[in-house]
Amino acid sequence: MKNKLGVKLPDHIDGIGKILPYKGPFARVRGLKKEGLTTTGVKMRSSLPGKKKVFKDLKKVIELSGLKDGGTISFHHHLRNGDFLLMNVMKVLDEMGFKDLILSPSSLTSAHQGIVDYVRKGVVKRICTSGLRGELGKFISKGNMEIPVVIRSHGGRARAIKSGDVKIDVAFIGAPSSDREGNLNGVRGPSACGSLGYAMVDAEYADCVIAVTDHLVDYPNTPISIPQYQVDYIVLTDKLGNPDKIGSGSTRLTTNPVDHIIAEKAAKLIFNSGYFGNGMTFQTGAGGASLAVAKYVADIMEAKGVVGSYAIGGISSYIVDIYKRGLFKKMFDVQSFDKGVVSSLLNNEDHLEISADFYANPFNSGAIINNLDVVVLAAYEIDTDFNVNVLVDSHGYAQGASGGHSDTSAAAKLTVIVAPSFRARIPTLVDRVNTIITPGETVDILVTERGIAVNPKRKDLLENFKGKGLNIIDICDLKKKVDKITLKPRMVEFGDKICGLIEYRDGTIIDTIDQVIE
Amino acid sequence: MKFRTRRTMLYIPGNNPGMLQLADIFGADAVLFDLEDSVAPNEKDAARDLIANMIRFREYENIEITVRINPIDTPYFDRDVKEIIASGNLDAIRLPKANSAKDVKALEKLINKYEEEFKIEPGSIKIHPMIETAIGVIQSYEIASSSDRIDAITIGGQDLTANMGVSKTKEGKEILWARSQVVMSAKAANVDVIDTIFADINDEEGLIEETRLIKSLGFTGKAVINPRQIKPIHAVFAPSKDEVEWAFEVIDAYEKALKEGRGVIAVRGKMIDPPVRKRAQRIAGMAYLMEQE
Repeated sequence: MKNKLGVKLPDHIDGIGKILPYKGPFARVRGLKKEGLTTTGVKMRSSLPGKKKVFKDLKKVIELSGLKDGGTISFHHHLRNGDFLLMNVMKVLDEMGFKDLILSPSSLTSAHQGIVDYVRKGVVKRICTSGLRGELGKFISKGNMEIPVVIRSHGGRARAIKSGDVKIDVAFIGAPSSDREGNLNGVRGPSACGSLGYAMVDAEYADCVIAVTDHLVDYPNTPISIPQYQVDYIVLTDKLGNPDKIGSGSTRLTTNPVDHIIAEKAAKLIFNSGYFGNGMTFQTGAGGASLAVAKYVADIMEAKGVVGSYAIGGISSYIVDIYKRGLFKKMFDVQSFDKGVVSSLLNNEDHLEISADFYANPFNSGAIINNLDVVVLAAYEIDTDFNVNVLVDSHGYAQGASGGHSDTSAAAKLTVIVAPSFRARIPTLVDRVNTIITPGETVDILVTERGIAVNPKRKDLLENFKGKGLNIIDICDLKKKVDKITLKPRMVEFGDKICGLIEYRDGTIIDTIDQVIE
Repeated sequence: MKFRTRRTMLYIPGNNPGMLQLADIFGADAVLFDLEDSVAPNEKDAARDLIANMIRFREYENIEITVRINPIDTPYFDRDVKEIIASGNLDAIRLPKANSAKDVKALEKLINKYEEEFKIEPGSIKIHPMIETAIGVIQSYEIASSSDRIDAITIGGQDLTANMGVSKTKEGKEILWARSQVVMSAKAANVDVIDTIFADINDEEGLIEETRLIKSLGFTGKAVINPRQIKPIHAVFAPSKDEVEWAFEVIDAYEKALKEGRGVIAVRGKMIDPPVRKRAQRIAGMAYLMEQE
């Protein structure tokens, strides 16, 4: 069968099951009532007064958890490149002789390259994640796993867990601080990472929750991000992660002049879009041009005396600074991007920690992004239908993450993609992206250093931009302009094997990661 | 008529393909591909090839293309001139260490030869002599008026202070006289005059202050070494709202007078003669550019 975007898909994949084809950004959301889904039950647990929860031995706790071969284990990626926990747990599971596990973290980073060995050994049979990097991404893209990896957006993962598509047997939660009962937060301790937004969903829906901490504090540990009634065991460890790699002290604005050119143009567009004004809500990416857009938008807000309602998403200290300038009233934080954010989250009542469910799940009664006015996002590739790829690199390898890209694009009233028109001779603007993460029908504007393209379906925007000196050109003409400079690169060759499925936020399959032929 | 201004001329090292291909996206009025100080001797040939081919194939949009070649007394001079003229799309050559009218004449002769050889429109390639020695400053009028190809002269602060045996300071008192002299020579020769670079790319306030100074001295533009310096300079050179209104009044009045066959006109109680009209046209052109930005 083919999905709405013309991607060929099998009806069924062994080890995964029935494949639902993508039919449009809100097709399944609209029809959900008819499906009559219910949230699956979580195994009931009980706890006698005085029960001891704190252990030193991870092995013992894993035994107590009841984890079996073929079971699903989950992790969060709030410790980013500094995470020690996932690999430590994998080592122990291997020593204990576990096989065929389903590894289902919120994402995987450069700290997790060692997973390749555990796949080879048969400890891990399947992977579900938002992102893949480095050797692991290459390993998967070369077709080394029997069952395709499933890539989910942050909102999509919350949906999958809540709906039972992903049934977590044991959630391992790296806890920067915990008390003896398992009240957890990410704002205290040597491995403080800020928000625990992704882990909140795991804690709520896993059959067993094991918190691992290097910072046990007196009871009660507040603020409580994950409450004790969801936590079964607490395991003490020496070091949860490498603080230097968990996050830098503060996020700095790019000094790349091309990023600034793009960002300035994007801010000018946002200003003229019709969505700029008091009470506006705003999200932007953590680095490069997209963060720089925040600078220019904030400067315009200040100059015009505009105060926004909230900024949301991954929060960086740069966004906190903009809040401190009085330009936004609140910040919703599903993931904190640097250490500068941690103290703000701890001390500032306008800085609110939210779960991935609250943030972006399309199958609940209202995620925060449903009220998002403007989102600014990056792209590895974007095509003339405005489809965006943020996962597969120009060599065909999975080296990125779906993240909140497709969630926020679908929900926001204005979705702006900022990207250089080419990187190191490889064009960003292509006829068809390698792998669709975000469908073009949810993308409104592409801003590059060489021109701006507006999705032709947004006639209202084109009208608003008239006579504003914004140099808007047709996306096909922009592509021709870029092609003239870069010429056409030779395409990567792909085989027939499906190495990964790109699950859209609603659980349908929007595209595949195809096998790279070397 | 196309209005051309040189408020900013962006230096780009000739051996940096990544930067070369970006030359026309930052909004500078002109680009200055460099073969001289930013290119090491063992990279000169590669940089020359790169620049020539980049100019030939890249079809830069809305930007004046100039190249700073190596000085006359270097072994690269002749080939620099030949190869970049062969590229076919060059607007001007910046001649470093122009010490005398003789230097300009030598370059002019080469340009004449290669324009003919490569079938380029005769006289189309301009010369921008760079005044960066004491003797150059003293002879700046002779230099500025030595060739019809010259439509701008420039001052190079680093080499000049080195030649004077003093340090270049942020305040720039040591080159104030030289700046004034070069401006006066340019005005006398009726050509543009471009100031030296401001080296501290992180000091935007300092850049603005210096640009205000050189604008008040009479400079028509400034060389820049980082795209971040473009906007602040353009802002300083931007005419005020009142100036723009005045400029359009002058232009309107002049056109009206022309139609009615009147010789003498006045705007806001002051007589408008050709130099004033020229200034008004320049301001109007600048206003148009600012609107585009």
